[in-house]
Formats: sequence, structure tokens, C-alpha cells
Amino acid sequence: MTSTAQPEVLRAPLVVEFPFTRSLGPVQSAFLSGLRDRTVLGVRTGDGKVLVPPVEYDPVTAEEIRDLVEVGATGTVTTWAWNPEPRRGQPLDTPFAWVLVTLDGADTALLHALDAPGPDAVHSGMRVRVRWAEEREGAITDIACFEPYEGDDAPSQPVPHSGEFEDAVTGIVAPARLDYTYSPGGAQTRYINALAERRTVGERCPSCRKVYIPPRGACPTCGVATEEAVEVGPAGTVTTYCIVNIKAKNLDIEVPYVYAHIALDGADLALHGRIGGIPYDQVRMGLRVEPVWTEGGRYPDHYRPTGEPDADYETYKEMI
Amino acid sequence: MRPPIRDIAVVAFGQTDHTRTSDEQSEVEMLMPVLHQVLDATGLKTSDIGFTCSGSSDYLAGRAFSFTMALDGVGAWPPISESHVEMDGAWALYEAWTKLLTGEADTALVYAYGKSSPGSVRDVLTRQLDPYYVAPLWPDSVALAALQAQALIDGGHTDEPALAGVAARSRESATGNPHAQLRGSVPHGDYVVNPLRTGDCPPIGDGAAAVILAAGDRARELCERPAWIRGIDHRIEAHSLGVRDLTDSPSTRLAAENAGAFERPVDTAELHAPFTSQEVVLRRALSLGDDVDINPSGGPLAANPVMAAGLIRIGEAAARIHGGNSRRALAHATSGPCLQQNLVAVLEGEDQR
Repeated sequence: MTSTAQPEVLRAPLVVEFPFTRSLGPVQSAFLSGLRDRTVLGVRTGDGKVLVPPVEYDPVTAEEIRDLVEVGATGTVTTWAWNPEPRRGQPLDTPFAWVLVTLDGADTALLHALDAPGPDAVHSGMRVRVRWAEEREGAITDIACFEPYEGDDAPSQPVPHSGEFEDAVTGIVAPARLDYTYSPGGAQTRYINALAERRTVGERCPSCRKVYIPPRGACPTCGVATEEAVEVGPAGTVTTYCIVNIKAKNLDIEVPYVYAHIALDGADLALHGRIGGIPYDQVRMGLRVEPVWTEGGRYPDHYRPTGEPDADYETYKEMI
Repeated sequence: MRPPIRDIAVVAFGQTDHTRTSDEQSEVEMLMPVLHQVLDATGLKTSDIGFTCSGSSDYLAGRAFSFTMALDGVGAWPPISESHVEMDGAWALYEAWTKLLTGEADTALVYAYGKSSPGSVRDVLTRQLDPYYVAPLWPDSVALAALQAQALIDGGHTDEPALAGVAARSRESATGNPHAQLRGSVPHGDYVVNPLRTGDCPPIGDGAAAVILAAGDRARELCERPAWIRGIDHRIEAHSLGVRDLTDSPSTRLAAENAGAFERPVDTAELHAPFTSQEVVLRRALSLGDDVDINPSGGPLAANPVMAAGLIRIGEAAARIHGGNSRRALAHATSGPCLQQNLVAVLEGEDQR
């Protein structure tokens, strides 16, 4: 038993990345297919308003709406904000203005970017037009951005549109990536640091006296902080297990293999680990195992039988 | 509003110190002292709590089901009656309030936490936007607030010096708040996204808060001067920013009306306005005059732990009543871009009915 010293905080990059794949409804499909074909569509609500970008349900009455119209590719800025430092994923990588633009013939505004030389060149009420992306695929980014428009032609009126396009897009893939710096906090840092020294250290609840492993800084039963470090193991007992028959992507382990709950000696909670060094069909409840570290490993690669007689059921039944 | 069928009060409130980073602590380690603070204040044990509800976001943590880890801090075994909202804790409090109204429980523990430090909160919040037309453009939270601020300026409702005044007043008020992250004189700074400067934006930080609710006589046993929730309501507006009038907040006004906020004047208002310009919108929507003490805690401009900042508004308002510094207070919480969703609660001391 040792008292817990304040650890050096562990940190590691954590990237959460996902290609969000979404199907489109009829109105969204028409709108994004239209953008691909340099046509901007809106939808007319029951009370005659034209919404651009269009939605499938009236935001006021919640009625389904399908009455598509084509609006202009020119419009008027209703509000704006100058973005001096573009961020990853934003439409332009040089300073630009965020704008809400009411396209000619529309009653609501579309959010996008405006390419302008500086904030002095932008004001609410200014006229702008769509700058189309060179390659278009049926996404909001088919509008590369807006640009100032000096033309003095009269704003166009919306005209009915069937919403039908050849090879209409029916879905979008929107990649999302967020970067984090993960830090596991005090208890788990102490646990991970000890593992790197090939020691397994849990924490004892001051109230119920149980030793939790891996420790998370709190006793889930009593809801109080666990601070007293307790070294457990290295050996333990298999309390229950399963046989894995499906090979996970990027995992260099032959199937079938056994994944088990292991109650380390001195711990009051079982942790998870793979069982090796024994045929998968000979693993059993009560099997005594010990951790195996690989060269340079910061945590046990797997657990293998110690060769001791099996543990009596009564000794681990509380931890199943 | 029809009077609630049971009287329910906030009987305890606690919050962490709000800091730029808290990487020496996991979420549950950050949260636990706050949970014990409210339990100690009432003398309740975790096993005494009838219902537990929390608010947090996996996107802040970058991990799925991150809230389940925080449950270790509330003594979730043997099984407790528990729920979670992937929103600010103010909405968790709303759920707990309805639970108490049903009579299924007499006490509730509500907590919320958020660590913005591991990621980039401006980018993280883009993931709550319309995924078809808006999120692929990655408009960050400051950019969207700046569009709203410019609309207010164009509409003649405010100007940049007035916004700087909101920032200065908030951080001056925060000098009396030992938990605040930004206190006292803070430079108004450069533009982040014009017309908003660093001073118009909330600090980015980590923190947690907890509240205990109790019904009827149980509340009187647990707290000398309970902060009775006289009404609470929340409303949402159209998702699409271009459909809304960004200078107004009809959802706040409707929520306030349903919560009974306009029946009698309030003396204190804790407003969840992370950006200076949003305080302008909320003051108008709530018809708050200069005689109302706005954000005596410093508000979210002094500390804005995402997912906890709205619950903290209710807690701060309640604490003013607990301490006898307010007779009738309004608390507001928001969620989503440009004040999309709004919750209003009205709290009173016992002597006000």
C-alpha cells in the first residue's frame, strides 16, 4: 500500500473522424441536384413564402411542403461577419465574410461565405451572386462562395420548377473531423503509469473498502473519491469469458481467441483481458492466469495460465 | 401559467472553479467534489436521492457514452433512478422537475459538466448544425454569434461600445464570484469575427455544477430559505438561421410567459448569454429594465463551461434567493446557435406568495 503521488498528466492526440453518410428527402435531393446543375431551388410554404434553402416541413405549421420554385443566383446580404482567420473546412482559406444572403425571389436567407477584399467592402444590403465551384457533386459546397455583384438588373421572381433532374443525388457524404488532446485524469494516469512499470495498481474505496481496478477516481457504489493506491495481482482468476470468432479489422490476433474477465488477486472488480498460451477450448472459469508483457509494452499483451490449481468458485463468485 | 401541482425548490447549488484547462482531472474527478458539496449542504446521502439527472455532451469529450463514466461519482450501485440529456444541465433540471411533479420522487440531484479544453469548442459546436446545408461549411460558434451581432447593430439595437459595456459590467460583477474564470478588467481585445472581439466572447474553459431539488416540506427541511420554482418552460425556434429574425428571441419570450415571468417584476436575472450581443437580444425579449440586476455572478462572459453554464444560471439565481439577496429571480439557459433553444425559470423565496 502506498499513498498516491500527484502524477505527471498523460496526454495523447485523439482524432475523431467520420464520413457522415446521409440520405436526402425529395426536397433536399432536388435542391442539391439543382446546385450541381447551377440551379437554385426554393420551396413555397402554405402562406406563399419562398424558403431558400428549402426544407420539407413548414417551420411554422409543420405541414409537409413540396412546391419547388427556382430563384436567382443573385441576392442581397441581410447580415454578415468578417472572418479574419479562416478555420479548417470553411469555404475559403483567405479572410472572408460569413453572410446570410436572401436570393432574388426568396423570403429567407442562406448561410455561406462571401469573397471580399476586406470588411470595408461588405455591408448589409449589398448585392452578391453565387460563384459556382468548378467541380460540383450535389452538396452545399457546390456554391464555392458568393462574390460582390455590381449588375443592376431587377431581382427575378421565383418560377415554378419540377425539381426533377437527371441522375438526381440521393445522399451526401459529409466528412467530419475533430481533433482532441485526450487526458485521462488523475486515477487513470496513475494506473497507466504503473502498468508501464509492470505493476497493476487499483484504488480502495474509503467507505466500502473495495479495491477498484482499473481505478477511475470514484467508487461507483458509494460515490466517493478513491485515493488509496493498492497494488494487486499480478496473478488472477478467470471469472467468465467468451470465445471470439470474428477477426477485427487491423487486429493481428488469430481467431478464435478468448476474451475474459479476470479478477486479479486483491482486487474487488474484474478487468478484461485476452487469454493466451492455452487452446481456446480449454479456458474455463476459475483458471489461474498471469499477465504477459511484450518487449517495450506499456500494458499486458495478454494473460496466460500460471499452472496453479483452479480457484474455488466461492473465492470469485462475487466478481462475476 | 397554471400553478404546478407540487411546490418544488432548488435547495442546494454547487459549482467548481472554472478554469481554462483541467487535464489533471477526469470528468468524474472534476464533478465529485461538487456533488458532495450539494449533498453536504442538505445532509443527504447519495442513497437518499430519489432521481438523478445529468447534462453533458459526448462531442466535448470526443468519446461515446462519456456520461456513463461520470455516474461513478453518484453511487449508481445499487441501481438508481437516473437519466441524462445530451444538453445543458438546465434541461436535465427541467426533466428532474417534471419527475418531482409526478410525485415519483421527492428529491433530485441534477448535475452537469463540460470540458472544452481537450478539443476546439468553436469547431465542436458546428456539429450541432444542420448537417445538410450548414455543417459542411464549418461555421464556428463565434461566426454565427457575430452574424447575430451585426444584425443587431444594423437594426440599431446596439453598437460596439455598448457591447464592450456589457462585457465590462459582467467581468466587474464577476469579481465577487470566486469560481469565475475571467474577473475584473479584461481588455476588449481584437476582433475574433467582426464585429465580435475577444471581450465579447465567453472564456473557453472546464467546469461542473450540481443542484438539488426537493418538493414541498422536504425542501423546507433541507434548506432554510428554498428557492421555489414558480414556473419553468423551454421553447425552440426554427433550425435554419436564415428563417429567423436574429435580433429577437420569440422562444425566450414565450418560455418566460409560460413560466410566469411577466406576472410580477423580477429583481435579478441570470441570463445565459455567452456573447455580449446575446444579452441585448435577451433583455429585449424579456423586457428587462435597468432596475433588474443582470448576471450578478458575472454570467457566461465570466465563466462558460459548456453544458453546465445554463444550469449554473439557475443555481446562481437560486443561491441569491437562498442568501436573501433576491426575492424573485429569473434564470435563463440557452442551447444551439444564436439562442436557438431557450429555457426560463422563475424562482422565489417563500415570502413571495
